[in-house]
Amino acid sequence: MSKIADAFKNGKAFIPFITCGDPNLETTAAAVREAEKNGADLIELGIPFSDPTAEGPVIQEANLRALSGGVNTTKIFDFVRELRKDVKVPMIFMTYANVVFSYGAEKFISTCAEIGIDGLFLPDIPYEEKDEFLADCHKYGVDLISMIAPTSAERVAMIAKAAEGFIYIVPGPDVAGDMSGVIPKLKSIADIIRENTSVPCAVDFKISTPEQAKAVADISDGAIVRASVVRLFEQYGTGAPVHVGEFVKSMKEAL
Amino acid sequence: MTNPNGRFGIHGGQYIPETLMNAINELEEAYNFYKNDPEFNRELADLLNNYAGRPSLLYYAERMTEDLGGAKIYLKREDLNHTGAHKINNVLGQALLAKKMGKTRLIAETGAGQHGVATATAAALLKMECVVFMGEEDTIRQALNVYRMRLLGAEVIPVKTGTATLKDAVSEAMREWADRISDTHYCLGSVMGPHPFPTIVRDFQAVISKEIKQQMLEREGRLPDAVLACVGGGSNAIGSFYHFIGDKDVRLVGCEAAGRGIDTFETAATISTGKLGIFHGMKSYFCQDEYGQIAPVYSISAGLDYPGVGPEHAHLYDIGRAEYVAVTDDEAVNAFEYLSRTEGIIPAIESSHAVAHALKMAPKMDKDKIIVVTISGRGDKDCAAIARYRGEDIYE
Repeated sequence: MSKIADAFKNGKAFIPFITCGDPNLETTAAAVREAEKNGADLIELGIPFSDPTAEGPVIQEANLRALSGGVNTTKIFDFVRELRKDVKVPMIFMTYANVVFSYGAEKFISTCAEIGIDGLFLPDIPYEEKDEFLADCHKYGVDLISMIAPTSAERVAMIAKAAEGFIYIVPGPDVAGDMSGVIPKLKSIADIIRENTSVPCAVDFKISTPEQAKAVADISDGAIVRASVVRLFEQYGTGAPVHVGEFVKSMKEAL
Repeated sequence: MTNPNGRFGIHGGQYIPETLMNAINELEEAYNFYKNDPEFNRELADLLNNYAGRPSLLYYAERMTEDLGGAKIYLKREDLNHTGAHKINNVLGQALLAKKMGKTRLIAETGAGQHGVATATAAALLKMECVVFMGEEDTIRQALNVYRMRLLGAEVIPVKTGTATLKDAVSEAMREWADRISDTHYCLGSVMGPHPFPTIVRDFQAVISKEIKQQMLEREGRLPDAVLACVGGGSNAIGSFYHFIGDKDVRLVGCEAAGRGIDTFETAATISTGKLGIFHGMKSYFCQDEYGQIAPVYSISAGLDYPGVGPEHAHLYDIGRAEYVAVTDDEAVNAFEYLSRTEGIIPAIESSHAVAHALKMAPKMDKDKIIVVTISGRGDKDCAAIARYRGEDIYE
């Protein structure tokens, strides 16, 4: 059982996403500490990538801000090593396959384990390509997080059965803006997941308000919030951490 | 060459978000059905022959041959296809496939604009909606093609992110597809991206080498000694090579864009300067930095200005079946002018990279040797840019 399971022991989990180095690593460190202090159950740390093909414009911009600020994988490892001296909340890295691959998969994943990163979420590694990194993840005890979108019931079950850490549910394509219409669809996915695994699942769906977070947490084990957190960095820059703390607090209270 | 999960040696694969897997699986299933469907193949052949103007000529470049004094040079005239490039071969295939799948909307990325124009053309013909993503930088370099696409009824969306060139247009098209699959087919323009695209696009472009082989046997009674084509993602090159892969005596030469030189950062020569990586759905060679960040590539040619190369090319390189050379902007511009003056054929600046290598190669070969150079597109779209490169003050 990985440390990620702890994130789901305190009621519904709240999972914010923060891009490392946006606009600098000092700000990221302060924001992580604020998020932990205000009740974040798990923190998703983004390692920026030049071409984040699975992101919308808000997080694309954050990636570019971070890269132009000069962060790289080595600096982020050093930063997390330092952060882990006092930060206890489970943390995962979210990045793209090439960042891991180019660093050397084993070197990257063993370093994750060494510095206290509990899981790895790579949106461009679907079920079919997991073998690229799975052996190293198992060798060093880092969970390789799976994403599930509305596909077929068979596919959802297949991914759920092999999942570890937690499962990332996304609404997928052809979704009109209104959340109320999507909730039943997400619930049916969460139900299939629960029939096939005890691994917890959380929903990422353009959540910006505590009410929305509660709505998705009610049908799953938690809420993942990405763009709304990143927007605070876009808006406040180095002043973002205190706002991140307030945001996390309001979200966690609603769950 | 393809094994069931879309690998070419170690290259290829399906490195895409889960949100795209439904669409990719649906496409693979449909393609596997229709590629063997007689009715589909009849309709496609009709479009290729009676709309796109196939077969394209294999032209003996006698003046060029005489001038260079070496190998006999033939030009495969893909520039004579409707819309002026090889791109139409793939687009008609994919658009017809999409239509059979019940899709009503095509999206595409484009670099030079040739693939965008071809997609807009097929969409007009087959009464489909069309949206083309094009790097903002490229919309400026290729303003005429932007107008052509709009004229054909397509919407052109300038992509401002990243380097605002082809790779960013691909990323944006992938994002759009991940958001809207039910009515939309992503008509990918090169032999790249996740499986099954590299195989589908290759199969639709393989008509080029199929014709070269037939035409060469009719004209010369034998196979050529070398086939040359330019390589960005690599669709006209794989199309030109495919039916010769088993003919070990035919040299296959891919000509990459070196930009200002492979020893500079202003290059797009992926096989010469890139390293193994995972991007845009595939494992292949990519121009990237030591942390795996994709490099901002450069070439005078918007169509070759891409930081990766198709996985089958990466494999042909690994096993030594094809060779890949780098051609600079200067060499390509010289070849652009040379072919125009010598044969009265204005090649696309992309194709000029292959012509440039032929200029180096042919004189060193005996007169009884034969090389085929694929002229992947026509150069009208490049005239203003080349004139500016030569210091003339011309704007479209």
